[in-house]
Amino acid sequence: MRAKRLLAIARKEVLQIVRDPRSLMIALLMPFLQMFLLGYGISLDLKHVPVCVFDRERSQTSEDLVARFEASAYFAVTRRLSQYAELTDAIDRRACVLALVIPPDFSERLAADGTAPVQAILDATDTNTATIAYGYAANVLARYSAEIGETERARQGETASLFVPVEVDSRVWFNEDLESRNFIIPGLVAVILALVGAQLTALTIAREWERGTMELLISTPVTATELMVGKLAPYLVLGWAVSVLCLLLAVFWFAVPFRGTIGTIFVTTTLFLLVVIGIGYLVSALIRDQLGASQVALIATILPANLLSGYIFPIDQMPAAVQAITYLVYTRYYVEIVKAVFLKGSGLAALALPVVFLAVYAAAVLALAALAFRKRLR
Amino acid sequence: MSPDAPPVVALDGVVKRFGERVAVDGLAFAVAPGEIFGLVGPDGAGKTTTLRMLAGLLPPDAGTIRVADTDVVAAPEAVKARISYMPQRFGLYEELTVAENIRFYADLFEVPRRVREERTDRLLAASGMTAFRAFRAGKLSGGMKQKLGLTCALVHTPDIVLLDEPTTGVDPVSRREFWAILYRLRAEGVTILLSTAYLDEAERCDRLALLSAGRVLHCDTPAALKARMPGAVLAIMTGSGRAARAALDGQEGVGRALLVGGGLHVVVDDPARRIPQIRASLAERSVPVGDIAAIAPGVEDVFMALVADASPR
Repeated sequence: MRAKRLLAIARKEVLQIVRDPRSLMIALLMPFLQMFLLGYGISLDLKHVPVCVFDRERSQTSEDLVARFEASAYFAVTRRLSQYAELTDAIDRRACVLALVIPPDFSERLAADGTAPVQAILDATDTNTATIAYGYAANVLARYSAEIGETERARQGETASLFVPVEVDSRVWFNEDLESRNFIIPGLVAVILALVGAQLTALTIAREWERGTMELLISTPVTATELMVGKLAPYLVLGWAVSVLCLLLAVFWFAVPFRGTIGTIFVTTTLFLLVVIGIGYLVSALIRDQLGASQVALIATILPANLLSGYIFPIDQMPAAVQAITYLVYTRYYVEIVKAVFLKGSGLAALALPVVFLAVYAAAVLALAALAFRKRLR
Repeated sequence: MSPDAPPVVALDGVVKRFGERVAVDGLAFAVAPGEIFGLVGPDGAGKTTTLRMLAGLLPPDAGTIRVADTDVVAAPEAVKARISYMPQRFGLYEELTVAENIRFYADLFEVPRRVREERTDRLLAASGMTAFRAFRAGKLSGGMKQKLGLTCALVHTPDIVLLDEPTTGVDPVSRREFWAILYRLRAEGVTILLSTAYLDEAERCDRLALLSAGRVLHCDTPAALKARMPGAVLAIMTGSGRAARAALDGQEGVGRALLVGGGLHVVVDDPARRIPQIRASLAERSVPVGDIAAIAPGVEDVFMALVADASPR
């Protein structure tokens, strides 16, 4: 590898990028728009989940509990039921996602034992919604029991402080407000970089074949490696710029807490960028026309990045066979890393496994890309 | 130029197929060091394919190719530092300026800065392009682009220059500058191999290979090729060349007619006998005609006569 030739390629590429402001604008504007579109468009937060109440006691205490659900922004009590059959019917017709069954001896048992069971029936045809609704319901109930404990203590004075109802005191770590945005946005950054990065380089070789400049270029002593490194270096810098833009939007516009270090995010983002621009280059070297290369790069990145990266759909809930496939989806490693760096503040040591996977991936893709480029006409 | 020196470019039995089509079919010729060697032939004769194989861009299906003591078939990369190749289609970067394009190629051949600057100045001056240094290549005219291509090709010091129809679309003044540069290169000992569709230009070469259907029909100096031509060329002055050509078609002892400015060129076996015969048949068809005289054949006439002989009709 000769420095002079490598620099010549890099300089030429920079001049081309800078002098084609349209492509540059697209490269910077596309992620910007995607951040806003998807950042606002995708939310897994549930508001006003329809709730049916089958209150078999109809006491002051049970009404009190129902009022908590009514007060919560997450739920809307839509129906009161008077028998169990109605409940089945309501769930069947999707009149409610959550049915709350309060036993006839609710207040009695609460007074006697300090705890009382409440049944929650969930329509899990939509697992995601059901899981989240369950989480919210558990939260409402936990808060309610805590308050009962407080009132009980206040009523009985210091001495009776032993009277505390059993409560599920679940504490949510890393995303205390259970804001789905907080885990979607970091994943979104990963998905956008995967798409944009591959698109940037998908055209770089194909364009030279199409415009006829490649015929002259391959008649010179430049090597495949020099060409690759020289061409990818400017796009890595552009990739950094796009990353900074996306990360700044995540932190300052979408107010996602950033608890990691700049160093960790820099190292891991660089590895990820090497993979994605390498993929684009590989596609470009194999498919010698711009439209074809761009399409293939899009399909090769968009589906796995969206569906199999764990950015929206949790990988551990996928069937085992699909989970196995996700190990090939490089975006999954970066999604995992960005989420952890943002929300948990994880460092490189804690992320060793995905970081090593990314590094191996980057090396393999770049080696393949260098091999795929042939200094030959067809 | 020394024809006895071992050839610097040598092809033997070279075959190249593109699917069913045979583009180059058992091609063989050799180029001596310091020659300007021209590949002449109609479209589809295999000129571009041949140059691409010589430049190591295209592997042949059979045959041997040696360029600058290198086996191009076995080691295509080894030859690349020794040659300059200028493709038919403009291969430079339109977004880059003239000077940036030149520097790019100089750097790819690792030309030291001082040498690069000196050569750039000289080559730009020779092609009348000094004033266009800061122009974007995409803004140049066709002829300027070709001159820039040549400048880029010559900014390192190649042993062999391969030019594919370098003067297509170039105006006459630029063409003269182009050739002046090529002659200077030859004086420096550089071997030049070019293809051309302009037969007047072919006459400027030291030796020519007439290509047809991927084979060399004849390979010799322009003068020897002319001498090889059977018969003589008659220039027929007439205002209605097409009518005259129709009248002479298929006549005994009269070859294929070539339309030129002011009339026709025809190849005949015996001028003394055929001039009266031609006058008679033109008068018969009442085609107005002026002088008819034997002239020295140009390469174009030779080419027409020799290619016509070879092609099955």
